[in-house]
Amino acid sequence: MLKRLTTLAAAMLVSTALHAEPVEGGRANVVIQPEPPSLMMGLVQNGPTQMVAGQIYEGLLRYDEKLQPMPQLAKSWEVSEDGLTYTFKLHDNIKWHDGEPFTSADVVFSADVFLRETHARLRTSLEHVESITAPDDTTVVFKLKQPFGPFLGIFEAGTMPMVPKHIYEGTDYKNNPANNTPIGTGPFKFTEWEKGSHILLTKFEDYYEEGKPYLDEIYWHVIPDAASRAVAYETGVVDILPGGSVENFDVQRIADMDNTCITDKGWEYFGPLSWMWLNNREGPTADKRFRQAVMYAMDRNFARDALWNGLGKVATGPVSSSTRFYTDDVNQYDYDPEKAKALLDEMGYDGETVRLLPLPYGETWQRWAEAVKQNLGEVGINVEIVSTDVAGWNQKLAEWDYDMAFTYLYQYGDPALGVARSYISTNIAKGSQWNNVEGYENTEVDALFDKAAVAVTAEERQTLYTEAQQKLVDDVPVAWLLELGFPTIYRCNVKDLVTTAIGVNDGFKDAYIEK
Amino acid sequence: MADFWKRFARNRGAVIGLAILAVVILVALLAPLLFPQSPWRMVQRPFLPPFSMDQYPLGTDALGRDVISGLAYGAQVSLLVGLVSTVAALLIGIPIGALAGYFGGWVDDALMRFTEFFQTVPSFALAIVLVAIFQPSIESIIAAIAIVSWPPVARLVRGEVLSLRSREYVEAAILSGQSNLTIILRQVLPNTISPIIVLASLMVATAILLESSLSFLGLGDPNLMSWGYMIGAARTVIRQAWWLSFFPGVAILLTVLALNLIGEGLNDALNPRLARRGK
Repeated sequence: MLKRLTTLAAAMLVSTALHAEPVEGGRANVVIQPEPPSLMMGLVQNGPTQMVAGQIYEGLLRYDEKLQPMPQLAKSWEVSEDGLTYTFKLHDNIKWHDGEPFTSADVVFSADVFLRETHARLRTSLEHVESITAPDDTTVVFKLKQPFGPFLGIFEAGTMPMVPKHIYEGTDYKNNPANNTPIGTGPFKFTEWEKGSHILLTKFEDYYEEGKPYLDEIYWHVIPDAASRAVAYETGVVDILPGGSVENFDVQRIADMDNTCITDKGWEYFGPLSWMWLNNREGPTADKRFRQAVMYAMDRNFARDALWNGLGKVATGPVSSSTRFYTDDVNQYDYDPEKAKALLDEMGYDGETVRLLPLPYGETWQRWAEAVKQNLGEVGINVEIVSTDVAGWNQKLAEWDYDMAFTYLYQYGDPALGVARSYISTNIAKGSQWNNVEGYENTEVDALFDKAAVAVTAEERQTLYTEAQQKLVDDVPVAWLLELGFPTIYRCNVKDLVTTAIGVNDGFKDAYIEK
Repeated sequence: MADFWKRFARNRGAVIGLAILAVVILVALLAPLLFPQSPWRMVQRPFLPPFSMDQYPLGTDALGRDVISGLAYGAQVSLLVGLVSTVAALLIGIPIGALAGYFGGWVDDALMRFTEFFQTVPSFALAIVLVAIFQPSIESIIAAIAIVSWPPVARLVRGEVLSLRSREYVEAAILSGQSNLTIILRQVLPNTISPIIVLASLMVATAILLESSLSFLGLGDPNLMSWGYMIGAARTVIRQAWWLSFFPGVAILLTVLALNLIGEGLNDALNPRLARRGK
């Protein structure tokens, strides 16, 4: 009998093992491109910094693929009826990597003091906040001045990373020597960074979630050349290629290799949407009919299939389909050169040359500009491509010295956070390429965005945003191109890497490698 | 003239070079007739291999653009850049060399130091910097190539003029009261023309290579289809589509080779006393 039981137990053990019990140990070899300028996420929030530092720093919440909040540093949270008070309960056994305890005082310091000074995007959202208080060591209360719909969406690590009060309080944040050895609460701690070569993170043994993380180390390889990155994967030097690591035309070839998995998930929070800025102030692009003609003239399906390997989606309007309050109930601009020609005839376009700035981010974008130039040329629009480097591109956009210019921006899950900024007239100012660069002015749209941001219920917000999207799509302030697909490529025995709306950026907490 | 041709034709390589160049020039001139559609037009599915469709014998590129049409229009760009930038370089180099050689003394010193200043900077690096500063366009590329390739012309002309300066007929011209300008233009320079022609034919080849290298690095005129651009764009897909870099590469090779062969033939024809008798 006893023997029987043990065999049964053994059988059960085997079957649970087959049911993917996470395996402890191992090192993840990952490409990081380009090399981040810094890993101190409270100060720098560009793409590669978020990807590496997202394992070191944490926010109060993380988000699943549907952008629903999940516990992180906060184990639970409550929102009051009137939508004005947000109460977070923190885990009570959290430690910083240097051993100090993490408490609600750190949250108040991070959100109310540190990030207000250093984090421009968060600062805008925090303008709705009246006070941030810590009634006890594990409770934080945010009180708002008025309801702010997207508020529960700003607690992700890249948006509101928690920084240690005991290190930064009262110091010059930007020049604090601790910036070189970042201290966070995340599942991995900073160990070594050899510039131009690699960044090494190791498992944080005192992590507050029992058993996590599973991996021992994450080794980020800095490889500046796209072709070399592809080779590094093929030869087994690296096992994970985050989105954008290899050129698009290499994706299919690498994805066809043995034991290779590919996913385009893990970008829902960012919802990267590409478009061409059209200068609404002067030249042919100031005419709405010209802008509509541009939309009809572009073969965006071709661009997706030929340039993006069929990854991504043709954009229907200003809101990405993974962002909240998206609607496809808008005018559709299918590829229709005849319609484009008719619109150009109607406005009496005289063949004036328009300048097109490609995005200086590599081959794909250059080819894309060439394809668009050709598409537009075929309906009679004379396009001249102007080459620039990144600095020149930034400057030309900031100075409004362009007719059409490629770009793509993140949406951060909510139109109030990542969409309104490009279309509301109060956001027209020289010197930035993150605001209303095209110079679109429409008081109705302004009003809709203003109301929708502070409306309490989701239904109300949906109605307002639907109307705003319909108006924008009719006016074509910018020419929307594609919702970009940035596929993550990895060996199939790396499990649970992409499970959240920011994918690899906080994915190593749950990831493990099957032997 | 007939004598010249006879000597030129004696160098068989030069004749072959001339034939190749003639074909390239012909293709460049006839490109709009042979391929009425723009070379940027996306005509077929991307990455169509060569020799698989009669209509597009050399296949299509990453955007489905016709490679052979690109080659034809690329010939225009290459020849245009080669010729114009060489002429420009001659226009800078000959006067400087002539003045330095004719007047000698401090004029020579000043002009030659100035020339050396350009010679000490690696010419390709200088060209990249110039194009990057002035934004890539056909004009800036031609200007950059001219600026980096005139110093050898100046040095050659100076050497020639220096040796001609002391000839008796030049001294006679001075005694007869001709102005310096007249002497330089009518007595001295005409006698330096043969080595300049030989050098110029080689400079055209170098200029084509320089333009291709610049385009390869993405510093070409983004609105013109050139051979260097085609290779630069194909570099990253070389493992999927070899033909995209192969055919433009062959075109550059043949054209540059042809120009070098012609240069050698010209050298034989124009400097008969130096002709290598061993051949």
